[in-house]
Amino acid sequence: MAKAKFETPALRPYPVIPILKPDAMKGDGPFLAKPAMQESLGYPGELVDNWKEVAIAKMGDLLKKYRSLRVYLDSCVKCGACTDKCHYLIGTQDPKNMPVARQDLLRQVYRRYFTLAGKLFPKLVGAKDLTKEVLDDWYNYYHQCSQCRRCSVFCPYGIDTAEISMAAREILDSVGKGQKYCNEIIEKVYKIGNNLGLPEPALKNTLEGLEEDIKDDTDIDVRLPLDEEGAEVLLVTPSADFFAEPHIDGLIGYAKVFHQAGISWTLSSYASEAANFGMFIGSYENMRRVSLRIREAAIKLKVKRIIFGECGHAWRVAYSFLNTLAGPFDFLDQRYPIPQHICEFTNDLIKKGKIKLDKSANDHRRVTFHDSCNVARGAGMGNIPGGQFIIPREVIKACCNHFYDMPADTIHDKTYCCAGGGGLLTDDLMEVRVKGALPRMEALKHVVDNNGVTHMAAICAICKTQFSKVLPYYGFEMDQIISVHQLVSEAIILTPNES
Amino acid sequence: MEFWTAFYAISFYLAILIFIGGLAYKIYQYAKTPAPLVIPTMPAPRTSSGVVIRVLSEVILFRSLFRSNLWIWLFGIMFHVALLLVLLRHLRYFTEPVWGLIVLVQPFGKYGGLIMILALFGLLARRMFVERIRYISNPSDYLMLVLLLVIGISGASMTFVTHTDIVQLKAFMLSVIYFDFFNWQSIPSDKMLLVHLAAVILLMIIFPFSKLLHAPGVFFSPTRNQVDNSREKRHVAPWALELEKTGN
Repeated sequence: MAKAKFETPALRPYPVIPILKPDAMKGDGPFLAKPAMQESLGYPGELVDNWKEVAIAKMGDLLKKYRSLRVYLDSCVKCGACTDKCHYLIGTQDPKNMPVARQDLLRQVYRRYFTLAGKLFPKLVGAKDLTKEVLDDWYNYYHQCSQCRRCSVFCPYGIDTAEISMAAREILDSVGKGQKYCNEIIEKVYKIGNNLGLPEPALKNTLEGLEEDIKDDTDIDVRLPLDEEGAEVLLVTPSADFFAEPHIDGLIGYAKVFHQAGISWTLSSYASEAANFGMFIGSYENMRRVSLRIREAAIKLKVKRIIFGECGHAWRVAYSFLNTLAGPFDFLDQRYPIPQHICEFTNDLIKKGKIKLDKSANDHRRVTFHDSCNVARGAGMGNIPGGQFIIPREVIKACCNHFYDMPADTIHDKTYCCAGGGGLLTDDLMEVRVKGALPRMEALKHVVDNNGVTHMAAICAICKTQFSKVLPYYGFEMDQIISVHQLVSEAIILTPNES
Repeated sequence: MEFWTAFYAISFYLAILIFIGGLAYKIYQYAKTPAPLVIPTMPAPRTSSGVVIRVLSEVILFRSLFRSNLWIWLFGIMFHVALLLVLLRHLRYFTEPVWGLIVLVQPFGKYGGLIMILALFGLLARRMFVERIRYISNPSDYLMLVLLLVIGISGASMTFVTHTDIVQLKAFMLSVIYFDFFNWQSIPSDKMLLVHLAAVILLMIIFPFSKLLHAPGVFFSPTRNQVDNSREKRHVAPWALELEKTGN
């Protein structure tokens, strides 16, 4: 694909609140889903003739199903607290990328059709008829939201724009105006088993290749088993881990950890994907259908534990929704968290001394950690509030001597999204991806300049892919983004299997 | 004055009905609508008592707003605390004898009125002069502040400039409260008072139809009031349970 024409924003020496540039990002939005994809997800193939009625009926339906939507559409007082908190606003300066303005695209229609004030005095309360222009604005601007929830941290009522944008995308899908990237991927998961569309033979081949690579590297037989019935652990990981740098180095890291801990494990070709794009399109039904694959794989392979690899939104779905969507998991070993994150697993082994690490192996790196938005604000770890900030950092610090955090207002629950999440990791949205990465790039620049940081570690496949792509736009190298388990992989001291 | 007495008395009844009925309906609606997935903004408390503390920290201290924007927080908390004091002080016009706490709060409530006006001007100035907030404001957002300012300024002017016949007003209010239908004590006739009361009545009427629903809303916000226990406990909404039954 041709490189999109736009200007990369300049890194600012002192971040200030940007001046608004109305309609800076107005446009047609990402590519539309093709009819066949739409239909395989249970949506109309293309924009239906009576889209207006269908959209309003769908909104009414969602208002009855989701308390979040109902309360959030009513409660906003337009205080302005969120207006400077979105990375897309900061990077694009388009006022419709202010969280409240993004919500208002839906709220104006809600007020018009579902509230007395909006029915009687539309102009007074900013209520608007649902027109084609409004529908197009929805499609464009709800695909400039990565559902990272940073705005919800700062809202006095906790209004979560992610909930609004999920509802909007569900409405768009139900009138036949779905997004190609998300819906194509969900279709691939149903048909082949993973986002990348890697069939079982290719997967098997890749894993065998990795086993050989590890053998060449370390002279030790580390296995990457596929579909092995009776293994202790089912590992569910984003399919990017099978495919590309820097993800694949993380996968090698997990394998080495399992090897060294002496715990049998397996991947599943049926559930060869941790990601769940059903969440991005706000579809409970699709999210549930994607989740159930994991349950089925766990039953079929007779495992006792489920562990998730490094993937941000997958971990949100796993931690916060999986038990609800695909539980109860009463057939698994109840002594372990269900499901467990690979960082929880590795950290536990480090704490118990079951794996040994040589920090000096990473001495050529000075590392910082990017809190992935869905892990930071949508999930937990270690059964303590804030464990999702502590545990990955503990793992990193156990693996390397030089660790530096980015500025306080860009990490933990205030972390900035990589700008590629929420179904935006597609080339047709390159401009919004590059511009939205500005605040994270500025934070990275800060530790690069002040602490000599060379690498940023992350625990999310989308973050890793996104940064590989956008780092060069800001004058960094694409390989400065690495997997946390790549650090583990290089520091872990391996011994041959006793058996 | 007979007309105005009846007009205000009846308006009060209607306003109270709309206010309580409308609010009760919205609260019922919020409570009844399922929250199918657990979505607290993390990190979140892992116990119910932790959640109570989290919600109270939002309701009393505006914690998230404090982390977000100090100016909005300052004007916001000034306004709400002052409003609370003013409302408490006003109970003296509805109770006989006046409760001890209300006597105690009297001086704070008096000056609270001034703080409230100051804070409202602060919020209005932000709405007018900060580009981002101007962009997201509708006419109703300005009018809400203007309405509150009318209430505040008319009230304060009766406290600090020209007093109304407060003894007569209290007699009127008590006769309204005790339902002395068409036997109400006369309402004092000064314009400032009538403007003040009309604005309050209007505020009560629009409350359940406006963004003032943030008051009940804050208690029902799933990102703030949910316990982080999703790995231990399933949260299946009734409509989602249907999916499990049909096996789709």
